[in-house]
Amino acid sequence: MKKTGAEVLWESLIQEGVDVMFGIPGGAVIPAFDAMLNYPKLRFILTRHEQGAAMMADGYARASGKVGVAIATSGPGATNLVTGIQVAYMDSSPVVFITGQVASNLLGTDAFQEIDMTGISLPITKHNFMITSPDEVARTVAEAFYIARSGRPGPVLIDFCKDAQVAKTENVDLPQISLLGYNPPLHAPQPKLERAAELIRAAKKPVIFAGHGVELSGATLEVQKFAERNNIPVAMTLLSLGSIPSSHPLSLGMMGMHGEAYCNLAIQNSDLIIALGMRFDDRVTGNLKTYAPGASKIHVDIDPTEINKIVMADVSLVGDIKTVLADIDPMVPNARHDDWLGQIAEWRKETDNRDIVAQPNNGKLHVPQIISEIWKATKGEALVATDVGQHQMWAAQYYQPERPRSFITSGGAGSMGFGLPAAIGAKVAMPDREVWAIVGDGGFQMTQMDLITAVHQKVEIKIALMNNHFLGMVRQWQEFFFEKRYSSVQLRNPDFGKIAEAHGAGYRRIDKAGEIQAAIEFARKTPGPVLLDFQVEQEEAVYPMVPTGADLHQMIRRPTQAKKA
Amino acid sequence: MQHTLIALVENRPGVLNRVASLFRRRNYNIESLTVGRTENPAISRMTIVIEGEPIETARIEANLVKLVNIIDVQDVTGQPAIARDLALIKVKAKPNQRAEITALAEIFRARVVDVAPESLIIEITGTEDKIESLNELLRPFGIVEMVRAGQVAMLRGGASGIRHTPGLEAKVL
Repeated sequence: MKKTGAEVLWESLIQEGVDVMFGIPGGAVIPAFDAMLNYPKLRFILTRHEQGAAMMADGYARASGKVGVAIATSGPGATNLVTGIQVAYMDSSPVVFITGQVASNLLGTDAFQEIDMTGISLPITKHNFMITSPDEVARTVAEAFYIARSGRPGPVLIDFCKDAQVAKTENVDLPQISLLGYNPPLHAPQPKLERAAELIRAAKKPVIFAGHGVELSGATLEVQKFAERNNIPVAMTLLSLGSIPSSHPLSLGMMGMHGEAYCNLAIQNSDLIIALGMRFDDRVTGNLKTYAPGASKIHVDIDPTEINKIVMADVSLVGDIKTVLADIDPMVPNARHDDWLGQIAEWRKETDNRDIVAQPNNGKLHVPQIISEIWKATKGEALVATDVGQHQMWAAQYYQPERPRSFITSGGAGSMGFGLPAAIGAKVAMPDREVWAIVGDGGFQMTQMDLITAVHQKVEIKIALMNNHFLGMVRQWQEFFFEKRYSSVQLRNPDFGKIAEAHGAGYRRIDKAGEIQAAIEFARKTPGPVLLDFQVEQEEAVYPMVPTGADLHQMIRRPTQAKKA
Repeated sequence: MQHTLIALVENRPGVLNRVASLFRRRNYNIESLTVGRTENPAISRMTIVIEGEPIETARIEANLVKLVNIIDVQDVTGQPAIARDLALIKVKAKPNQRAEITALAEIFRARVVDVAPESLIIEITGTEDKIESLNELLRPFGIVEMVRAGQVAMLRGGASGIRHTPGLEAKVL
């Protein structure tokens, strides 16, 4: 039986397991939205901005491990997705974006709301497609989902011409996929595995790096077991926090610019780095010339372009982390590294001494204490989405997740405005989990229009707003590196209480440290979205900090309380 | 150092754009790039010549392979391969100079393909070196214009040299 391109689209999405989509309709997708009414299985979440839709789909994908879907019309609808596409691309998030396009006979004529969306999205998608005929719909959707979720996952965009939505086709079933040029590798070659095993056997001071790839390949348990069996500590990247439980004795927490000092010291003093599914971002390495100088490097990644891109690998293993670890496991005997772990424990004590949360409460509101209280109240079991900036780094330091896929943040792109929509998407994906958005006042206002989406769709997220009336991270850089010359970083904020009230969301303002716990309880007990407006210390800095280009072990540390007074 | 890469790509609209965009975005410079059909209508073949250190070339190769529409890439530098370029050279030639220029062309097995009152067009096929040498010898007569097709390359004999997709030949060629 013949079906329209639009019907084939929705049926293909259902076959791919899609149950929810985010977006906004418009001229070039009206036929598709009309056909959608006949598929009540598909839940459509109408957002207030396409950027929100893109980031919700991303949050959905990161929380669930499934492919997220965002839909927009042509022209401005499509370009509004762009920041969200870039966030998904930088953090290897599987999202399929569907954009409307003008009728195929009008392509290239500067028709109303026409934009070259395949051209615009080319450098920020894993792949993209344009559909000009209904015959192509089923195959394109199948290929798009396969590419998005396999190998190193990433966003795929489908630009769908309006005439192809309306016209009919006999190609209605999802076809077998055969992509000649796309064969993600699984196994690394045997001789390389043997060399890697040799290095692991010889190592006295090894460190495992768990990157986002560990979560993406579903290898969190395998990595934990491998680390336990070989008694190797695990340093995590921002995106992989929770890939092994934060409370695990081998966990070193986060590495890098605002990472734990003992973690960075362990890296700098190690003799072997086993890097799993991470890409040596500049926020992770500091000065490359002095980076882990005594360490051999084993780099495991499914994407060969990451090998020798930033840090030269002594052994590169291109393949799936799960498979590679299974292959290598029999080649390495159980080992102990007690002296090494003892040394790291010493460094750790020194860090604990500087911990602000451990210091006497001076009645003022410090973000680390707030996040620490949220962590305690939720026992580290909540799913946390953050925005970008100081609060993000504090969240990474003080919300220590016990489960994978529980810390959702824009890492590579560093896109402010991500927190609220990502939390909405995550809660839609995991309705039974407690979801917190930890946001700053700058980033929150970039996507605040989608607070009403959460209220309207009854998406029960709790928002902890760290309101310091500054673009805090920029302010910190200006304080540290630009002689405290504050340039365009002060924020005159709206009355967030009225904003919450106008949206129908719960609200409480918190001014003193003594009110934190009660406010968190209020948010957890109040049905629907709740905004907690924490009036935090305005000019607090995130410590430790590795200044750009400095050696990883040369961190700016928190001044001790005595010096401060 | 110059590297010659051979890429087999799907014959679809936009593939050349993806390759060009990759070079632009990663700030790689292309010395020459040729695209043409192969014996399989679904597949086109690119020969890409780039200047760079081996490690850099390896990165380019990996990035090319990563493109979904690229079926295979091989670096034929240092392998037994035939590489050829084609050039058309329009050289100033008064009637009394024609014989001399034609004789030069013959030494290089080049051919005169057009004769005009004041100029000749010479067609030459060969390696970079050979074309450069003829070019140098013709320069004193006055070169009006020159065009080169860009290098094409192929491995000698039975060597398939294909590394990224084992068994590819059986599937597509």
